[in-house]
Amino acid sequence: MGLLSDPYRRRALSRLILRLNTPLCILSYLAGLGWFLGLASPPFTLRSYMSENAMGSTMVEEQFVFGERALSYAREFAGHKKKVGGIPVAWLEKTMWKLGLEVYKQPFSRTLPFPDEKHERYMVKGTNVYGILRAPRAASTESLVLSVPCSTGQHNSQAVGLMLALASYFRGQIYWAKDIIFLVNEHDLIGMEAWLEAYHDVNVTEVLSSGMLGRAGAIQAAVSLELSSDVVTSFDVAVEGLNGQLPNLDLVNLFYAFCQKNGLLCTIQGKLQRTDWDTLPSYVHSLQTLLLMVLKQGSGRPQGDHGLFLRYHIEAITVRGINSFRQYKYDMGTVGKTLEGMFRKLNNLLERLHQSYFFYLLPSLARFVSIGVYMPAFGFLILILVLKALDLWMKLSKCDVGPEEQLCDGDRGAAHAAAEESRPGLLTLVPPLLICHATGLTLYFLPVLGQHVATQHFPVSESEAVVLTVIAIYVAGLALPHNTHRVLTGCGSERGWMTLKLLSLLYLAMLLGCIALINFSLGFLLAVTMVPVAAIVQPKGPKYLYAVLLVLVTPAVTLLLSIVLYQELIEYPISALECWQLFLQAVSEGLLDHYLYGSIVFPFIALFVYPCWLLLWNVLFWK
Amino acid sequence: MAGAVAAVLGLSLLLGSTGGSTGPPRDSLREELLLSPLPSGDLAATFQFRARWDSELHREGVSHYRLFPKALGQLISKFLVRELHLSLTQGFWRTRTWGQPYLQAPAGAELWVWFQDSVTDVDRAWKELSNILSGIFCASLNFIDSTNTVTPTASFKPLGLANVTDHHLLRYAVLPREVVCTENLTPWKKLLPCGSKAGLAVLLKAERLFHTSYHSQAVHIRPICRDASCLSVSWELRQTLTVVFDTFSIGQGKRDWSLFKMFSRTVTEACPLVSESKIYVDISSKTQENELLEVTPLPLSVHEASVQGDRRTYAVYDLLSPSLFNVSRSLNVQLKWKRPQDSLDLSTPVLHAQRYVSGYGLQTGEISTLIYNTHPYRAFPVILLETVPWYLRLYVHTLVITTKGKENKPSYIHYQPAQDRRRPHLLEMLIQLPANSVTKITIQFERALLKWTEYTPDPNHGFYVSPSVLSALVPSVIAMKAEDAEQSPLFTSLFPSSDGSSYFVRLYTEPLLVNLPTPDFSMPYNVICLTCTVVAVCYGSFYNLLTRTFHVEEPSRGGLAKRLANIIRKVRGVPPL
Repeated sequence: MGLLSDPYRRRALSRLILRLNTPLCILSYLAGLGWFLGLASPPFTLRSYMSENAMGSTMVEEQFVFGERALSYAREFAGHKKKVGGIPVAWLEKTMWKLGLEVYKQPFSRTLPFPDEKHERYMVKGTNVYGILRAPRAASTESLVLSVPCSTGQHNSQAVGLMLALASYFRGQIYWAKDIIFLVNEHDLIGMEAWLEAYHDVNVTEVLSSGMLGRAGAIQAAVSLELSSDVVTSFDVAVEGLNGQLPNLDLVNLFYAFCQKNGLLCTIQGKLQRTDWDTLPSYVHSLQTLLLMVLKQGSGRPQGDHGLFLRYHIEAITVRGINSFRQYKYDMGTVGKTLEGMFRKLNNLLERLHQSYFFYLLPSLARFVSIGVYMPAFGFLILILVLKALDLWMKLSKCDVGPEEQLCDGDRGAAHAAAEESRPGLLTLVPPLLICHATGLTLYFLPVLGQHVATQHFPVSESEAVVLTVIAIYVAGLALPHNTHRVLTGCGSERGWMTLKLLSLLYLAMLLGCIALINFSLGFLLAVTMVPVAAIVQPKGPKYLYAVLLVLVTPAVTLLLSIVLYQELIEYPISALECWQLFLQAVSEGLLDHYLYGSIVFPFIALFVYPCWLLLWNVLFWK
Repeated sequence: MAGAVAAVLGLSLLLGSTGGSTGPPRDSLREELLLSPLPSGDLAATFQFRARWDSELHREGVSHYRLFPKALGQLISKFLVRELHLSLTQGFWRTRTWGQPYLQAPAGAELWVWFQDSVTDVDRAWKELSNILSGIFCASLNFIDSTNTVTPTASFKPLGLANVTDHHLLRYAVLPREVVCTENLTPWKKLLPCGSKAGLAVLLKAERLFHTSYHSQAVHIRPICRDASCLSVSWELRQTLTVVFDTFSIGQGKRDWSLFKMFSRTVTEACPLVSESKIYVDISSKTQENELLEVTPLPLSVHEASVQGDRRTYAVYDLLSPSLFNVSRSLNVQLKWKRPQDSLDLSTPVLHAQRYVSGYGLQTGEISTLIYNTHPYRAFPVILLETVPWYLRLYVHTLVITTKGKENKPSYIHYQPAQDRRRPHLLEMLIQLPANSVTKITIQFERALLKWTEYTPDPNHGFYVSPSVLSALVPSVIAMKAEDAEQSPLFTSLFPSSDGSSYFVRLYTEPLLVNLPTPDFSMPYNVICLTCTVVAVCYGSFYNLLTRTFHVEEPSRGGLAKRLANIIRKVRGVPPL
């Protein structure tokens, strides 16, 4: 700090920042990007290990042998499901009761804000059925959850069968210290959200459900199971939850450990781990896995039923059985043993899972990147905004004060300037700020509120209306009058745009910094696109090049590019038209995620990032 | 030698068995076992050992103990205890599926004591008493201190003979985290005159008792009337033990049971010191639903009683009757279901309750209690007692009681706010439950941040909130006839009902596990040191930067001459240059 209180050194420092600003920014961007790409390679990744003592050293011997029973339950369930045409509530209740569980059901209903075209649902009515296995000599203070979504069609009946077989096996064991809840939830995530809200007696979204009769204390961990074939070749684990929240790494490690123990193949993001770690193809492979995780986490969507548990501080993962063309298949017995082992270890827990990491990226199941390692990549990107802001700040304070007074340019110069000129200068910023945020508010509220008006006047369905309104408002924002500041001052000055840019840079830095703490991937994806263009944009120079660049980094285009990248990474390339359709679908699902589960990505973009981007757009067209 | 003589004398008096008011103090012991199939199909076994002593324990000079355990007798006379109730429980009685319990106890340890009005310092007596009991029963009762002790005003009335109801003489504490195991069972068994050598206590094999869904052992001491005229006092010690066997997992889906299957023992004889030894088997469903079950061997007598608003039929096996052991030398009571039960909806008890923590996040939360009254047409009041530790800061203005969508105003509220680190919240309310209704009571709280030394070694496990207590006079569905309380089995005489139309029920809800905001304990020292240093350095220099004004000081020229001139000026008394 002595550096800053000494005026000579301060002047030297500010000169350095002014003179070397552009090279420093470029260097910083390259460093950030390079650091991120390096995350998949060995020095950055650590071999994952079990931190929790209660799960680490104790061995369990799995004895589940009821694979056949699971399949017969599955067939029976599928039959009843077909007969009823939905979740066979009565059959499930009766079966669970016969297994010796305490059975409850929970009817719920939810009217979506607009029809969901992908799942073809609008007014959703359903019933969750769950059975509680009461642990002997325990006072129902803690519990574990095994949940199985009962989706439409013939999916997932094997998962229900396996769950029932596990329940019947678990019921006969005496070692349980925590209650176990076996849950079949209808309508995937909507049912899950309804169940969780009823269990915790809160109403976050507008789901209507009956009160809940049976509870089993604080849920410690949950596993969601998806299984649609009689045999599996591998298991895929999904970790990304709502708003990019992740379960404790120990739960993922637990799954990995039991897959290893039972010789099951396990994948993450559908990618199998490679054995050679140091070669280039292996690096590319882990980078792809890592990028997939970043894209999925950045979307803020729950990647399975487990994603909704995380809000309630319940560690959860989704386990998916995959049946591909591989030769070697595993039967239900092995799968059941894996789950049994996981539950028995979770049963041994003395405390909530807290020992291991909550913030991490996974380039493969056996390795992880911790928050301390990946955060610098983001820090370098934010540094650009700070450097640019400093540069602008110093230029602003310098041009007020004469060159002879440059020595004390810091405090007094700025104070002088503020006294003389700042009032009109700052007032000019108010109209653009207000207008940009009003556009953001319109973008957030109008599509859903105005869907009925839109469907009356245009030949579109409700969901199309919503998506198209979103896009229309988004594009209309670009055409807004960008010289609103003139209303007050008559004409904009050099100083005006610099102040506006300084403000929007700091605003952007703050937004990105905040979101990166919650959801690193979203913050990083936005930063890596928006930051460089935000840094260079100005109303002088090649204006149209800047305009094109700025449009290219708008969040909507980032979403489009992310979709393309995602499709490339899962090796399923698509045409431009398909891409556009996926884009429209992603927009409507983003909105639905917000209204149904409380995802913050859509409001964050609409209310904050988009207005901030419009401010930059204003800077560009400043006259 | 004298002791032996006295014992013989006592025994002969006991066998004489006709009451005479003169002579040395008399004592007697009765042992009972009640086996009752529960609505869910599980089996509850309740042991009760009743020792009764016609003696003034509080008077000086009582030194000879026979059936009454000396450890407890001395305790009563030293601390001037009027009544003592201690229960140690592992598990939770699930009222909804298991029906109304005979005597429920909260999970963990519960102790409540009424002192005599001659006790001057009740708190001190309570502290010493709980420490001594901790030693006697090998339980962590020494953790009872002011932070978990309360003085309820209405919920706990003396169960025995009492003319004082000044609640300042009452202390009540629950330790929900207490784990009960064989180490607590052994001292409990040692209080029995026959130990576990003979009589029903033979069945108390720890290995089997702790292989159950619920285990609760209790000690109740109270003064009772010596005879009908009630001119003098006798002391009664009840030792009770309730276990619930999970017949489902034992019998692989079948719900039949026998004594041997459950306890891996059979009964061969009564304890020689007892005056009464009986096994009751609840066969009520047999009379209702036409020969659903059968018991072997055939009971010698059948006893009918109305218990808790329900008419019950008991098969009685009197171990003292010689005809019982005529056929075989041991008694192995068996029960077989003739038809499998398959009804999903069990008959729910008239009063049951549920409690849970709602909300998410680590800042605030809400404790919700649901109380169900399933009586078809009678409303009745219930007293609710909530004890909440101080680190959950209750917002009393958020207390909401709703029944059927309408606000339900309690007719009596007693609230004692908590003091940090000194005493818990106490909330007592008298709430009217309308017929066939659910009453929801919610109160919000804030989670306090503890001092870092106050966290338990496993802070991420959570902190327990003790169960709330519901006490109610529940109107019975059927008319009960007033009976001789001494004759009916088990607990009907512990809670005497005032009239025939209602019966007393005390229920406990489940304990709660609440997570508090917990710092990362893996590195407290580095974190504290680092943050303190960073804050100090940054604060100091930023404060400096912000408050100081900067001047550019011209470097002084003409050093030596000027200095010399200044010295001369100083000597002359003129201000320097």
